[in-house]
Parts: sequence; structure tokens; C-alpha cells
Amino acid sequence: MTTENKDTQWPLWEVFLQVKSGRPYGHVGSVHAADAEQALQNARDVYTRRQEGTAIWVVPADAITASTPEDMGPFFDPANDKVYRHPTFYKIPKGVNVDVH
Amino acid sequence: MEDLKRLEEFQAKIDAGEKIEPKDWMPDAYRKNLIRMMSQHAHSEIVGMLPEGNWIQRAPSLRRKLIATAKVQDEAGHGLYLYSAAETLGASREELLEALHNGKAKYSSIFNYPTLTWADMGAVGWLVDGAAMVNQVSLIGTSYGPYSRAMVRICREEAFHNRQGYEIIAELCNGTEEQKEMAQDALNRWWWPSIMMFGPSDADSPHSEQALKWGIKAEGNDSLRQKFITMTVPQAHARGLTIPDPDLKYNEETKQWEFGEVDWDEFFNVIKGNGIMNRKRLKDRNAAHDNGKWVRDAAAAYALKKKTKVA
Ligand SMILES: [Fe+2]
Ligand SMILES: [Fe+2]
Repeated sequence: MTTENKDTQWPLWEVFLQVKSGRPYGHVGSVHAADAEQALQNARDVYTRRQEGTAIWVVPADAITASTPEDMGPFFDPANDKVYRHPTFYKIPKGVNVDVH
Repeated sequence: MEDLKRLEEFQAKIDAGEKIEPKDWMPDAYRKNLIRMMSQHAHSEIVGMLPEGNWIQRAPSLRRKLIATAKVQDEAGHGLYLYSAAETLGASREELLEALHNGKAKYSSIFNYPTLTWADMGAVGWLVDGAAMVNQVSLIGTSYGPYSRAMVRICREEAFHNRQGYEIIAELCNGTEEQKEMAQDALNRWWWPSIMMFGPSDADSPHSEQALKWGIKAEGNDSLRQKFITMTVPQAHARGLTIPDPDLKYNEETKQWEFGEVDWDEFFNVIKGNGIMNRKRLKDRNAAHDNGKWVRDAAAAYALKKKTKVA
């Protein structure tokens, strides 16, 4: 990236917001900014005008690698025939409680 | 052949109520139609800042000034959510802004009407944001994921815009004869343009049918318009205001307010650029952009300086 950037288009940053402390971060949209500091400030102004979040991550959009929809089947395949990974697969004899409360 | 199968799968997904995401396969016309629609929507939010920004300095109290500022800031945010959503389809921010600034892109015609008195600030929030909200609530159901999510955010914020507008009108209606007249005058001028915001009748709207089939729009122009009118007429009557439509009448059977002929010639004339404010809005938008150039340059220079220091 150089200063020769055309006038209106700074790099794109994806914005992730934590809505409440203790909660996971979720994607909310994107902003353009010259650097990370400005990206954070822009994200605050655009996505948290009403205290929608307690913390923000900004990530350069081109740093994100995503699975593709074409992958959908084969990529997630390894997980779809392993029912024994779920607790409901197991039969527990009557009269015993194994759930932790 | 391959595309035909994909098109069928695509349509099936939409018919099942699933959302389309940026990387999913989509017909070219779907992508183009959405970029056009989302960018027009974004431009409308940005240009929509101008008629109200015009009143921030002249708001009648500090409370009203804070409210007006917050509303205009929200509209800027709405524009940015929507540009961000349009960019997920491969449009660049630069191109979109360029099209707005050189007059190639359209924005909602409603912003080509002037805000003459303080009562217009009430009418805009009540009627213009009200109509926009009816449209935007329906667009939560759009088939394109990022557009739908932007609508959820926007609708959460619009309720305040609508209410503050109605509050201004209600205050004026409680005031002197002159103030009440101001409110009525604003309603007279903004009623028909607000109704036109939903666009021409579906039968005369070139993009409507395909947009509905692909779920880009979730509801037709006519039914949204009717929803807005039936919702808004009692709000006017409750303040003792008269809707400027001699043919307006309540249909007991359908429970809807029926309305008179819309002057579509006026609508198309304003779209063509002949509205009272078309030229001024475009000039002001360009000036706002150009006057901000030094800020963008400074931010870029600062980012570069920090980067070279680290290296
Ligand atoms: Fe808005
Ligand atoms: Fe609004």
C-alpha cells in the first residue's frame, strides 16, 4: 500500500464486535481506514453509536481466509458421520443421572 | 447447462427462505441489481443528511440541536452500512462515490425537495423516515444476507428518527395558530412526495417482478405504499391535521385508507433532475467531499509516517 492510494479508498478492514463482556466477537461489517488506529475509531463511530459493544477488533480484510461455498460438502464432510461425538448417541441405564448441573 | 442447474439451485435456496452470502454463486443480473439497489440506498442516506443538516445550526433549542445532530450522524452510519454491504459484491467504494458525485447514480427523489421551515424537520422525520422505515422493515426479508443484516441495524435506529419527527409536529399542533399552520403546510408539501418514495406502481416498475422473484425485494411497491398510508393517516387526524388528498376515504371492509391519483409526472420529472433541489444537493455533496480531502490526505500521510518509523 502506498500514499498513491486513490482519493477515497483506503484499505478495507473487517469489524468484529463483542456486544457484552464475556461474549464471543461477531462480525458486524467493514470500514475503510488508512491505518489500524483509524480503523478502530471509524468502527467505533459506525458500529457503536448506542453502546452496542464493549470491545472491537479490526482486521485487514485481505488477511482473512475463508472457506468457499463450493467446499461446503467435502470440506465439512469429516464431521457428518460421527454421531458418537454427541451425548445423545449413548444409552445410559435407567435410574442413573450422569448430567452435571 | 451448468449455469441452468446452478440457477435452479439458486432459486430453490431463495424459495426456501435461505439467504445468499457474498461468496455463493449468483446470476450476474442478481449481483448487478443488488449493487444498483444497495448503492442507491446508500446514496439516499448520505444525501439525506443535507436537508436536515441545513437545520442543525437553526434548531430552536439545545435539545433539538442534539437530536438533529444525532439523527444526521445516524444517516451517515446508514450510508456506511450499505456501502459496506455493496462492497461484498465486488463494487468498490470509490466507484460508487464517483457515480454519486458525477450525477450518474440515483438517490431517493425525496431529498430533492427543500426543507423550508422548522416544521419540515418534523415532517421529514414523521413522513420520510416513516416511509423509509416501512420499506426497510420489509427489506429485512431480502434474500441477500449482508443487505438484510444492514437493514436490521438500520431499523433499530430508525424508530427514534420517526418519533422525534412526530414529536416536533405534535408540539407545533399544540402551539399558536401560526405554528399549527406551519405543521399543516409542511404536511401539505411532504405528503405526496413521501408516498412517491415507494416508487411507481408494480405494474409500471421495470425491475419489480424479477426483484420479487429473486427475493431482492420482499414486498411490492403498492402494498408497502398502502401500509404506510393506512398507518399514517390516523396519526395526522389525531393532531387535527388534514391529509392533502380530497379522494382519501376509509374502506370499512378492507380496513384500509384509499387514496387518490398520484402525480407520477412530477415524480419522473424530479428523477430526471428537474426537482427544486437536484442541482444544489449534488453541488453540496461534492463540496462536502472535496472539503474533506485534506483530512483524508493527512490520515494517509500519518499512516505512512508511522509505518516507515516502525520499519
Ligand atoms: Fe436512514
Ligand atoms: Fe432516518
